[in-house]
Amino acid sequence: MIDWNMEYDAVIVGAGPAGSHTARFAAEGGAKVVIIEKRQEVGSPVRCAEGAARRSLQEAEVIIDPKWISGEMDGAMIIAPNGNYLEVDEAKAGAEVGYVIERDLFDQALAKTAVQRGAELVLKCSATALIKDDTGKVCGVKVNHMGEEKEIRAKLVIGADGHESLIGRWAGLLPKLEKNDIISGLQYRMTNLDINHKFVQFYLTKEFAPGGYIWIFPKDETTANVGIGIVISEIKHKGHLKELLDGWIAANPKIAQGEIIDIIAGGIPVGHPVDATVMDGLMLVGDAGRQTDPITGGGIGNGCKAGRECGLTIAAAVKANDFSAKFLQMYETAWRDLLEERLYRNWMAKEACLGLDDDVFNKIITTMDEVGITEVNVFNLLVVIKDKHPELVEKFQDLI
Amino acid sequence: MIEVDPRICLHCAQCVGTCPYMALELNDMHIEVNDNCKKCLWCVVSCPVGALTMVEG
Ligand SMILES: Cc1cc2nc3c(=O)[nH]c(=O)nc-3n(C[C@H](O)[C@H](O)[C@H](O)COP(=O)(O)OP(=O)(O)OC[C@H]3O[C@@H](n4cnc5c(N)ncnc54)[C@H](O)[C@@H]3O)c2cc1C
Ligand code: SF4
Ligand code: SF4
Repeated sequence: MIDWNMEYDAVIVGAGPAGSHTARFAAEGGAKVVIIEKRQEVGSPVRCAEGAARRSLQEAEVIIDPKWISGEMDGAMIIAPNGNYLEVDEAKAGAEVGYVIERDLFDQALAKTAVQRGAELVLKCSATALIKDDTGKVCGVKVNHMGEEKEIRAKLVIGADGHESLIGRWAGLLPKLEKNDIISGLQYRMTNLDINHKFVQFYLTKEFAPGGYIWIFPKDETTANVGIGIVISEIKHKGHLKELLDGWIAANPKIAQGEIIDIIAGGIPVGHPVDATVMDGLMLVGDAGRQTDPITGGGIGNGCKAGRECGLTIAAAVKANDFSAKFLQMYETAWRDLLEERLYRNWMAKEACLGLDDDVFNKIITTMDEVGITEVNVFNLLVVIKDKHPELVEKFQDLI
Repeated sequence: MIEVDPRICLHCAQCVGTCPYMALELNDMHIEVNDNCKKCLWCVVSCPVGALTMVEG
């Protein structure tokens, strides 16, 4: 139970995967941490397509539990506008392939592990402002807990508050996002579908998903998450995103025959990595640290990887009794070593892909399928295309 | 000012993160608008389900 009078080593704002995983590693290292979550139940309502790469989760040392695995995939299919597709198995994927998870159970499992390792968790507790001392250094957060205004004092404040990311914006660490750097997503859980339930499917189509893609992530033989995510610069009028998804479904009889049993939505930051995710007494992690992959929009694996580093840094800072930006560089360096190069490259690739026509996507997918490559990632894709269709990659010159 | 249609809103917080001026907050399953709003309409257009409207005043 939280002790409102005590000074914590760290208060972690947000019990998503990034926040809970941070808390676990901090607590394991002996730090006294409290997670605050504004919702009444961790992980619910879900705002996710629920695809997660097994490899990323393993690398982040997430404890794999069959309870939150909804399906193990044979691979991914990337489908061109003309219907040709590229099949990618897990070894080749490198993206969000492997598991389709039950995201609410996943988030709850991570939070539970953190608590079992010694973290405290407070629900219905929303951070409303940063508290600063006389010197201007962050020393806690103001919160609203079940209607009451309170304060939590801590040596470190961790912004793990997702796309909302108020902590990072209050701290002045997050520059304004461009319209190309925000994805708006809408998804239906549908059943009675006629689908290949062993593959996650990504549809490229300028007509229905300009500046993004439509996905089908299977939950069982006839049930799947069917969703759309596109950059908001491509959303032209109120309600447009929903019109696009509904339009695509109507044009696909095997999907249109199904029934919608749940609707979810959400935003994803897909900007390039920010200059700093730490300052004296504060760190940002997960979507709040803009660590989400700009091509796939996936942030679970990256959030867990960065969360592990963030938690280890909290524990080290406590041992050294040093909470300065200088000490917290340990986290900054560690997560950048793991993620930054790929984030940056995929951000540039996302920029270059915006506005590509359907016939270009058709050619890319056909070429890839013919050539066959060992690991599908943006770099390998571009190398192959440069070889076969040099005219297509002029926009991407800087990346190769 | 911005108005939310509670019959449509999915409480997804997309608009909260997207608003460039921190004018929106999601509190206990409803969106609140504060004085920071600059009427840029990013939230109105980007809401996945069209739950937001700019009304006079
Ligand atoms: C439609 C959609 C589909 C997606 N599909 C995938 C996918 O298939 N695979 C994938 O890897 N990623 C996917 N993502 C992205 C993924 O959901 C995020 O990257 C991931 O949730 C980030 O985790 P996080 O812990 O950083 O933040 P979140 O999971 O967003 O957690 C943040 C938490 O902080 C809480 N919070 C916010 N503000 C406050 C406050 N002031 N006080 C207290 N608590 C607060 C929130 O309630 C929330 O629980 C998808 C996103 C969307 C929107
Ligand atoms: S983006 Fe739309 S649906 Fe989501 S919280 Fe805002 S108003 Fe509600
Ligand atoms: S109109 Fe612009 S400033 Fe006002 S709430 Fe919407 S996004 Fe924010």
